[in-house]
Amino acid sequence: MSNQDTEKQEFNITVYTENQIGLLSRIAIIFTRRKINIDSLNTSPSEIESIHRFNIVINESEEVVRKLTRQIEKQVEVLKVYYHTNEDVIWQELALYKVSTDVIAEKVSVERLLRENGARAVVIRKDYTVFETTGHREETDNLISILQPFGLIEFVRSARVAIIKDSDGFNRKLREFERLEPGEDVIENEYLNQGQKVFTM
Amino acid sequence: MEVAQETLTTPAPTTAVEVSGSVALLEALIVEGVDTIFGYPGGAIMPIYDALFDYNDKLNHILVRHEQGGIHAGQGYARTSGKVGVVFATSGPGATNLVTGLADAQIDSTPLVCITGQVFAHLLGTDAFQETDVINITTPVTKWNYQVTDANEIPEVIAKAFYIAKSGRPGPVLIDITKNAQIQKFNYQGYTPCEHIRSYRPKPIVRTQYIQEAAELINQAKKPFIIWGQGVILGSAEQEFKAFVEKSGIPAAWTILGAGAIPTEHPQNVGMLGMHGNYGPNVLTNECDVLIAIGMRFDDRVTGRLDKYAKQAKVIHLDIDPAEIDKNVKSTVPVWGDCKETLPLLSKAIEAKQHTEWLDKFNDYTRQEVDAVIHDELNPTTPEMTMGEVIKQLNEITKGEAIIVTDVGQHQMVACRYAKFNKTRSNVTSGGLGTMGFALPAAIGAKFGAQDRTVVAIIGDGGFQMTLQELGTIMQSGVDVKIIILNNRFLGMVRQWQELFNERRYSFVDIQSPDFVAVAAAYRIAGKRIDDRADLPAALNEMLSNKGSFLLEVMVTKENNVFPMVPQGCSVSEIRLK
Repeated sequence: MSNQDTEKQEFNITVYTENQIGLLSRIAIIFTRRKINIDSLNTSPSEIESIHRFNIVINESEEVVRKLTRQIEKQVEVLKVYYHTNEDVIWQELALYKVSTDVIAEKVSVERLLRENGARAVVIRKDYTVFETTGHREETDNLISILQPFGLIEFVRSARVAIIKDSDGFNRKLREFERLEPGEDVIENEYLNQGQKVFTM
Repeated sequence: MEVAQETLTTPAPTTAVEVSGSVALLEALIVEGVDTIFGYPGGAIMPIYDALFDYNDKLNHILVRHEQGGIHAGQGYARTSGKVGVVFATSGPGATNLVTGLADAQIDSTPLVCITGQVFAHLLGTDAFQETDVINITTPVTKWNYQVTDANEIPEVIAKAFYIAKSGRPGPVLIDITKNAQIQKFNYQGYTPCEHIRSYRPKPIVRTQYIQEAAELINQAKKPFIIWGQGVILGSAEQEFKAFVEKSGIPAAWTILGAGAIPTEHPQNVGMLGMHGNYGPNVLTNECDVLIAIGMRFDDRVTGRLDKYAKQAKVIHLDIDPAEIDKNVKSTVPVWGDCKETLPLLSKAIEAKQHTEWLDKFNDYTRQEVDAVIHDELNPTTPEMTMGEVIKQLNEITKGEAIIVTDVGQHQMVACRYAKFNKTRSNVTSGGLGTMGFALPAAIGAKFGAQDRTVVAIIGDGGFQMTLQELGTIMQSGVDVKIIILNNRFLGMVRQWQELFNERRYSFVDIQSPDFVAVAAAYRIAGKRIDDRADLPAALNEMLSNKGSFLLEVMVTKENNVFPMVPQGCSVSEIRLK
């Protein structure tokens, strides 16, 4: 077995599902049963009506991830599961920062720092202002430490969302998956939006 | 009930009629071909039971004594009939009592539809009387589950439930129906069975490329070996399997749940795999050059130590469940698909062959096993009886035609090793979960699932005491189940391990039992207890010819061990004969 198969690294698992109560729990227990921690979990409606997309991040070996994806895909209401390394995806996390409006108004440096870090004001009130930024973990972390001295009131960060880097990479993955996990070639085309490139490999 | 049931039963009504959710449920069961339900009423499922009162002539409801008994009976029914077992239970404790049976059915791929009552929808989450979160409790042990809170959903949800339970790799489905939905009247449009769910692919598509690759490996193999599991039976592929075995000339061994897919006496059937399986199949797993696994999942009780399992062999794995491929044993060629479809393709692509020398090797090992273990187990000279000789006597009388239902432990291993199975769907046992208390209720269900066959439950003195309340079900339903208790006055399998691995520190394994014959008599079930070998044939004959159920308690050697044995953590080739 190659090192690549057994070495732990971050994997982005993408799951397309029906919108069904209880499915989150059914998917989550596949990880918890094996005592695997979910580092990040995002679920929201996909671009296709009635289909949801989960982005799950775990730190595991490819061998384990491959088995997990099959267990997930086995669930009745799961349409399709893919996994990718960080290299294969473009990913972002969204962060919101609440800071005192007075501080920003008084200290020009703060405004500059925010601008330099790509932050954008979402809400401006008399008492506080909410900025948002997106990026990798280090980037959103970085802004916390920058704002901390100026009295950061509140901070929140979203789960990771990830999109496949290029169609080639996706194609290769899909072909590999199809070898390991048989089925009519992209049977989901029947049901999913054919116009979407991601589904029409 | 407002509407006479005659107007509802299939075919579906052309115009909508107003019925309750409960009636819609029972109508669905009838269209699905259900004839028997195992259940127990209670507060939250009362509207369904009220409707059932009018369906007595169409649906045979068997009142069990405990919901666990109900679900094991449903499993026994499913295993012998090949149909979906149906179980009713109420909310709260009724539903939680199903959990062991669900876990058992999940791991042994048994198709079940369990209906549980639930508190009124407006009470969900309020800690109402007999409310439990049944959906979340049962999620890990069901193939699918769903909570119905509106009667309009019932026809479609029940249709999905049956389709999911029986298609692909079968499994248990639980539908939780709140009381308001059971009572609620709605416009019933008839019942249409489900044939497709867009997110669910029960069968992988067969890839001819893999069939070709597998056939090439088989054609070149010098020492090929077939190992098969319950998948052959679940796929109703016994004929296709036999044709494959016979054309290929390859020796074939079975997992405990695969027993009987081809007859025990078939010349290429070389025996049982695994921890207490036969000598040859275990040792030669590590000598074969091509291992052909069919409808089996490489359970740890079959493989022993995984990193020393068949490392020399190229592995062809036929399975309907993609998640099983490469899960435990890496396959060289994965043959995805339903073996009813893949086996004929494979048979066509292989050359007809004989592997006489290789088969002889298995027979050599069999001879060694007979000398070291089997002969003395089946023909003991000890004053006390062995479990093996009871099974041998039983074989002689039933001629391998009976359905054998076993519980869990030493008697299970002995029965499965020595019982003769001429027919498929004859071996009913708790394989994956190892559920003590399974056999008595499962035997009840097994008989309802195969009414024209003799059902013999073989149970230990420990396991019998876990579900003996189901004697009440036998009494009331009049079902004909023959019960053999092999009483060694110990929890024998744990005792065996304590003897072999814990320096005979017998920790809580000496179990006392009541007078089982007297217990049976209290339930008006005939019975007999024997401890003399000379009485065995007559007692077995008396049991089998008795009209109605019979309990035969056989006193056997206290400290006998089941051998051969692959100790835990050892390779299959390190199997011990003593």
